[in-house]
Amino acid sequence: MRLLATTTNLSVAAMLCAAQLTAQQTPDTTATTPGTVQQPSATARAAMYMNIGFTALVDAGWSTEPDVPSLQLGDHDPRVRGFTIPNTELTLDGAVDPYFKGFSNIVFKLDEGGETGVELEEAYLLTTSLPANLQLKLGQFFTEFGRQNPQHPHSWAFVDQPLVLNRMFGPEGLRSQGMRLSWLAPTPFYTEAMLGVMNSVGGTTFSFQSEESPEIHGGVVPGPAVESPGDMLIVPRIVSSFELTGTQTLLFGVSAALGPNNSGPSARTRIFGVDAYYKWKPAAAQQGFPFVSLQVEGLARRYEAAEREAAEDASILLPNETLRDRGWYGQLLYGIRPRIVAGLRADVVSGDEASFASELRTDRFRLSPNVTWYPTEFSKIRLQYNYDDRKSVGTDHSVWMQFEFLLGAHASHKF
Amino acid sequence: MNKLTAIKLATVALIALAGTAASSAARLRVVATTPDLAALAREIGGSAVEVTALAKPTEDPHYVDAKPSHIVTLNRADVLIEGGAELELGWLPPLLESARNSKIGSTAPGRVVASQGIRMAEIPTTFDRSRGDVHSLGNPHFLIDPLSAKVVAANIATHFAQADPASAALYRANLASFMARIDAKLRQWEGQLAPFRGAKIVTYHKDFVYFASRFGLEVLETLEPKPGIAPSPAHLAQVIGAMKAANARVILVQPYQNRRTAETVARQTGARVLDIAQQPGARRNTTTYFDMMDYMVTTLATALRGG
Repeated sequence: MRLLATTTNLSVAAMLCAAQLTAQQTPDTTATTPGTVQQPSATARAAMYMNIGFTALVDAGWSTEPDVPSLQLGDHDPRVRGFTIPNTELTLDGAVDPYFKGFSNIVFKLDEGGETGVELEEAYLLTTSLPANLQLKLGQFFTEFGRQNPQHPHSWAFVDQPLVLNRMFGPEGLRSQGMRLSWLAPTPFYTEAMLGVMNSVGGTTFSFQSEESPEIHGGVVPGPAVESPGDMLIVPRIVSSFELTGTQTLLFGVSAALGPNNSGPSARTRIFGVDAYYKWKPAAAQQGFPFVSLQVEGLARRYEAAEREAAEDASILLPNETLRDRGWYGQLLYGIRPRIVAGLRADVVSGDEASFASELRTDRFRLSPNVTWYPTEFSKIRLQYNYDDRKSVGTDHSVWMQFEFLLGAHASHKF
Repeated sequence: MNKLTAIKLATVALIALAGTAASSAARLRVVATTPDLAALAREIGGSAVEVTALAKPTEDPHYVDAKPSHIVTLNRADVLIEGGAELELGWLPPLLESARNSKIGSTAPGRVVASQGIRMAEIPTTFDRSRGDVHSLGNPHFLIDPLSAKVVAANIATHFAQADPASAALYRANLASFMARIDAKLRQWEGQLAPFRGAKIVTYHKDFVYFASRFGLEVLETLEPKPGIAPSPAHLAQVIGAMKAANARVILVQPYQNRRTAETVARQTGARVLDIAQQPGARRNTTTYFDMMDYMVTTLATALRGG
């Protein structure tokens, strides 16, 4: 069990802070000084039954597009010229009992107008002792589709969300209430098969029965409903990884998200994705540097739009049609020397023409070079330039700085 | 896919599964996070165990990539030996979460926490990251003190015997022989370093604290101003001054530390950069714990003698 090792100044978490102070003060009673040899008191360790972490992102920058949100679609992207705090997270986790681990992630953010928003981003149980290599996740969590969707903004390699994820999964990514069963296959190399069953209704099930989905096709929202188990969102994923050599690792995954959308009864959306990740790190790396990594994700969506009246004008009847979209992004990272990473990302998205013209489906290309300096594992400073070509609108240039800090429990890194 | 193909594929898969299960059933499968712990496990386990280390000998144990292949290794382990004291905090927790192996669960007999029973140095009294990445449970680089190695070895033997009672006698015998060899070698190592009692050494990271205290050396300075923080010119200037004043003659550098920084300091102080390693396998002909300690002690003694 990890022990929290710092103070957060969060007034909203006064109770947690009180618990934390207890944890900090207890070791003082044992009065060890650096250099002396003494075991920590058991009570100090037992004072905390969870890890607490607090992460904050501060963005600053400028874009040639005055209406920044039309360019930066992600909910945790920089959204105005000037300063933004698009994401701060309070994370709590720990062993619940011998059978479960618990995780929760509460997000506080300031919107474009400076108003504070709070959301319960994740809260889930994870089993620790199911037989047959099975594991169950239960609650509200980021859907395990592809590589980036389940990642929190502070582990992204770029200031903003990849365009294709934005189009398919909306501003906040695909997450919902539900469960995920996973099976670690007994193969010689790593293979994990997952099956997610989640609610298709909600604000964060973009492309499915989300209130935001009408932007895709211009239809009315018929009142989301779940009538049968078939109305759930089904997300299968399989992922494998191979050690190419002692210093090179490859990971490859295939995912799908299948469920009803809200354009009409029995209208469905199918999203398919492939993702690959390659990493090279020499045997004698210094704090993990140098390294080279390449991450690519490609997604295709098939959206069945039912015949319906256009939301803005009931006299316009939109026909029954299938909307097809696709896109990919590739990001190359080069860890030049300890704590300095240069990155380059290319984003490509496109959609077939449809009777309702949505800017969320037009062709777009974006190229983003960036450089990140990590003074330690607990802070970072990032500078990113976006060359952004919305084929139907024109070209824009943006420069964003991003600062991040992390308080509390040491974040561990997934591969 | 027709039915026959499906049946064929299923058969092949089943045979593959059976094969994997059978080939590794005999010996206790031990996973150690680092090669030094793996080396101790081999001493105690002998022929009854099959040992894998997750980190490479040349890799910084604080910064290991949590690779998916590690999940597979951990999933099939009977015993996991970790350094503890937050050494693997940055990478082990997500691997264990995915490995879903209750045999190596935090309270299972198959889980060995090496720091347990060690008299830890440098346990912070207040938690403040402005002092660098200080481990709240103390300095985790304790295994290069041979007396710590004895504690860890005993800990490993107890857990091996619990996980594999059939070979308990073997583990006890191996432990006894290991203890005797450590005692003998410790006298030799102390003898080798005795002429240099009080000598001042400089290290890159705070990773020779236990070694220095065991052999009566003094860690004068570290090139890192604070644990985990990169050397700054101002700090290096101060280190150079201190080294000149104290006539410190060696700078110890491990394979994953910045040798060039050490060379710069060495040039200005007339000191020597010593390529040293706490992990068996990182330097040539250092397979066992004894090889590694021999290499470290001999290299250091030679350098301090001015050879």
